Amino acid sequence: MDALATYALRLGDDSLILGQRLGEWCGHAPALEVDLSLANVALDQIGQATHFLNLAGEIEGAGRDGDKLAFHRDVMDFTNCLLVEQQNGDFAQTIARQFLFSHYQELMFAALAASKDARFAAIAAKAVKEVTYHATLASDWVVRLGDGTEESRARMIAGLDWMWRFADELFEMDDVDAAALAAGVGADKAALRGAWDQRIDLALADATLARPAARRPVLGGRTGRHSEHLGHLLSEMQFLQRAYPGATW
Amino acid sequence: MIAVAAISSVERIRAILANVPDPEIPAVSVVDLGIVREIAEDAVTITPTYTGCPATLAIEQMIRVALDDSGFAHVAIETTLAPPWSTDWISDEGREKLRAYGIAPPPKGAGASALKNAQAAECPRCGSSNTEEISRFGSTPCKALWRCKSCAEPFDRFKCH
Repeated sequence: MDALATYALRLGDDSLILGQRLGEWCGHAPALEVDLSLANVALDQIGQATHFLNLAGEIEGAGRDGDKLAFHRDVMDFTNCLLVEQQNGDFAQTIARQFLFSHYQELMFAALAASKDARFAAIAAKAVKEVTYHATLASDWVVRLGDGTEESRARMIAGLDWMWRFADELFEMDDVDAAALAAGVGADKAALRGAWDQRIDLALADATLARPAARRPVLGGRTGRHSEHLGHLLSEMQFLQRAYPGATW
Repeated sequence: MIAVAAISSVERIRAILANVPDPEIPAVSVVDLGIVREIAEDAVTITPTYTGCPATLAIEQMIRVALDDSGFAHVAIETTLAPPWSTDWISDEGREKLRAYGIAPPPKGAGASALKNAQAAECPRCGSSNTEEISRFGSTPCKALWRCKSCAEPFDRFKCH
């Protein structure tokens, strides 16, 4: 795959894996309204993934469509960031992951909406409106849990503490990102960090929480070095198409 | 003569599509919702509401069947994302149909900027503005769950988008 195809693939993989993770909550969330919210966010992510993965296949030009890319790649071929593959844990941990990711994704899509490549721009302009809702949802819950009971606060702190180490990877600029940026297609992710920090700090202040202690960042997702969790997720997500290739209903 | 024929076939297609209901909210048609973006003699252009809306494929199939059944099998269906669909594309007639169906229509022209300070929805049953949001995410991607504090009925609100 060339740089632009990989760029689309990474965007699609982020959305796909997060969508699949959130789908695990369906029927298990702490309250009906939360169940609906998480399922809705999952649906938006999977919709975005479909568009970006189809685009990756189109740029690659080897006859693979979004479904083929989603269901017929092995774990080391996935290019999602490590944050989205983290386990749901308790509700606070899920919210921590959503909080860090949605604010990044909203800024990312807002920047990509100005892409010179009309295909990237169209998906991003459409998706950014959806992600605005996700970021608001996540921030609201960080405040509610963080500034809530002793128990909810402790869980929110623990959730953020775990997820924080995966935040730096979101803004990492490697060769693929540099090539996409130079072509006028991609966004300068490193430049989004300032705005992201502001949004995160604002919500944390509302939640009366401090930033988690800085940790050594964990990187590698973009080049296929994943945590053990991703393989388990894929084994469930891909089972049907692996067992019955091309099955439709 | 050719021009007259062209106009009439576009109008006929429009009339056919005006009878294709949204699969999730059958009270409104795909034309009312602004899903049908452009109608030409040989192609209909549609646009999805939400990227992940599960009804997108069903809508395309329903339009296909409606066109085929009316002798317009040669008319192609194309999908476009840009400019992105927004609730401003819902027609006035569509808004009235939503209200009659029990779904509070979205404020017009409000767009995404109204998200954080959404004005109170008007209860589609009793008309009161004494209402509150229960959940910003509802039974479909396009709806939020609200409650009327006057008549005590819960209701759906079409989300500003």
